[in-house]
Amino acid sequence: MNNLTFMPVLWPLFTGIILIFFAKKIKLQRGISLFSSLIGIVISLYLVLSVNNQGILTLGVGSWDAPFGIVIVADMLSSLLVLTTNIIGSAILIYSFYSIGKERETHYYYPVFQFLLIGVNGAFLTGDLFNLFVFFEVMLMASYVLLVLGGTKIQLRESLKYIIVNVLSSAFFVIMVAYLYSVLGTLNMAHLSQRISEVNQPGIISVIAIGFLIVFGLKGAIFPLFQWLPGSYYAPPIPVMALFGALLTKVGIYAIFRTYTLMFYHDQNFTHTFLAVLGILTIIIGVIGAIAYWDVKKIIIYNIIIAVGVIIFGISLMNEQALSGSILYIIHDMLIKAALFLLVGIMIKISGSDNLRNMGGLIKQYPALAWTFFIAAISLAGIPPFSGFAGKLLILQGAAEKEAYFGMAAVLISSLMVLYSVMKIFINGFWGTPKADYTLAKNTVNKMLVPAVLLVVLSVLFGVGTESIYPFISQAVDTLMNPDIYIDAVLKE
Amino acid sequence: MKQNDLILQTVTKVAAFVILLFAVAIFLGGHYSPGGGFVGGLMTSAAIVLLLLAYDIKTVTKILPIDYKLMIGSGLFISSLTVAGGLVFGVPLMTHVYRYIDLPILGHISLHTAVLFDLGVYLVVVGVTMTIIQTIGESE
Amino acid sequence: MELLMAIVIGILFMSATYLMLSKSILRIIIGTGLLSHGAHLLILTMGGLKGGSVPLLSDKVASYVDYVDPLPQALILTAIVISFGVTSFLLVLAYRTYQELGTDDMEEMRGTEANE
Repeated sequence: MNNLTFMPVLWPLFTGIILIFFAKKIKLQRGISLFSSLIGIVISLYLVLSVNNQGILTLGVGSWDAPFGIVIVADMLSSLLVLTTNIIGSAILIYSFYSIGKERETHYYYPVFQFLLIGVNGAFLTGDLFNLFVFFEVMLMASYVLLVLGGTKIQLRESLKYIIVNVLSSAFFVIMVAYLYSVLGTLNMAHLSQRISEVNQPGIISVIAIGFLIVFGLKGAIFPLFQWLPGSYYAPPIPVMALFGALLTKVGIYAIFRTYTLMFYHDQNFTHTFLAVLGILTIIIGVIGAIAYWDVKKIIIYNIIIAVGVIIFGISLMNEQALSGSILYIIHDMLIKAALFLLVGIMIKISGSDNLRNMGGLIKQYPALAWTFFIAAISLAGIPPFSGFAGKLLILQGAAEKEAYFGMAAVLISSLMVLYSVMKIFINGFWGTPKADYTLAKNTVNKMLVPAVLLVVLSVLFGVGTESIYPFISQAVDTLMNPDIYIDAVLKE
Repeated sequence: MKQNDLILQTVTKVAAFVILLFAVAIFLGGHYSPGGGFVGGLMTSAAIVLLLLAYDIKTVTKILPIDYKLMIGSGLFISSLTVAGGLVFGVPLMTHVYRYIDLPILGHISLHTAVLFDLGVYLVVVGVTMTIIQTIGESE
Repeated sequence: MELLMAIVIGILFMSATYLMLSKSILRIIIGTGLLSHGAHLLILTMGGLKGGSVPLLSDKVASYVDYVDPLPQALILTAIVISFGVTSFLLVLAYRTYQELGTDDMEEMRGTEANE
């Protein structure tokens, strides 16, 4: 029993509730949100360190013991992701102060922001499949509101589609939970894992596994189920887009991580091969989108899909290198995607257009922006010593061990294409002659640049210091590779 | 548009109170028999909706001058305080305690902390339902 | 009884799919409603259909065998609450969209360059 485990959920809940009462006082709302986010980082950092010292922490909510009640489980993977989420949340929050606009701020932007964090943190921390569904829904409800807040035409149109797709996937989630419950008679993840091992995953469970893949794949935007993503992420303002791009798809991937390493790992020839194929196809589709568009937002959005593919491919390999690579890559990708969205947002604000053909020559007036973007861009592509490198290298090593050469080639070529797509933004956006007279004051730009620079610096540190944080990653991988550690921690406290 | 809805209005005057009382009974009856905050909340909002149907939105806001958004906030606040109670007593969150006591008129009854949580749920449900109905209703 | 339930669930899913494939927003929303009803019914069926007393502790019931399984009921209640919330949000959103865009036809909300 450890109440700390639930604090990353409870803390934003309280913040969000308090913020509801001060809906019209913008300054106060900003202050409370910022303060609370910083505390949130401290809490999650403490959680990571505690997990590092004491192993997996669990909490049987309401004093009900593991297989009967809902458990909250903080293993290394969850707590690292919670920490990353809180850091990104704070950075995007600071960025929102300068760009989200008064209209949205008075209409419950900040409370809903906190509710989104509740959903994301909760989904990372829960140890119960149905509870995962509940936190998914909390997260989705918050994302619906954030998506539609402001009520422009494109937002209304796209959020309608987004919601309908997600309602469908939620119904699917419920259906799959029902099947799993009827086959195995439990919904606690550790207990499920134990029971699946006992029966050695017969065909019906593999079918359910693929069903869950559809559900999580819809959230995480893997190959045939990603079509909703480019449209709906395009619609909201930049901070919301950064929040979605950095966090929401990653929750889907985390769920695949959890279910496919903890529960459905007995029939790897079928399920994990399927996963690998989907991962590679996702990479290919993402690359095509990323190099085809001239719209900066679209390019970064398709880069999300590429990253999803790479991580999914890493999970499908199921060996130590590939999994640690995937974990490194997911954290790297969350940080750098948030930073890139923020940077692109500044570019759009300066030039007044999101089409690269209408930009150009920004480096002359805004050198700091340009070089931050450059570093973020090459980190994204995975050039050593920046943060994308270690993750990709480990995934490639894992692939070599499994002799998955086709996937290796896809990942390598995708890196080149990612580099091309972001360099296209850099060359066309920053070099050349200015297309217009950019009038946005440097002061404003610098203010908006602060959170993005923070994220980029953090990701550079993450890249340079991969060696020193590797113990944390290997602890996380240890749990993923040996489900017994997780099961023991949850069921035999 | 002036409508002749005398019958509806007269019936509402009585029925709304009956529904409200029934809602409270269902709310308090939860935990040991079917019922609780969610159902009670829905019942209450049904009563308010009946009022809205019989009269108009202005009259109802005059009768019940409540900001439903704040109601959601206070409901959530009560519920989450109950949840966080575990922090103070050093037990897992959401742990509930109960005690049986004898009161002069009511007799042998049980007191639960779960009721506090349910009170929050009740307020949230009424708040959310009414906010939604007002959002659609007000624009006409 | 299970067979009957399976058929009912199948009909619900079928109508939901049909409605969700149509162009009008309102039909799609009714479709999502039917879909979640089907899913809830599925949980109930999957949890095992047997008679028994309410899963509330009382003196009248001798052993735990006489209770019905409370978990599917708890799951359904949660799922119903969530789908209630989402559906009402969706209805409000659809109404706002209709006001703003002046159409309820998904075909006209494609988001291509032509109808930006």
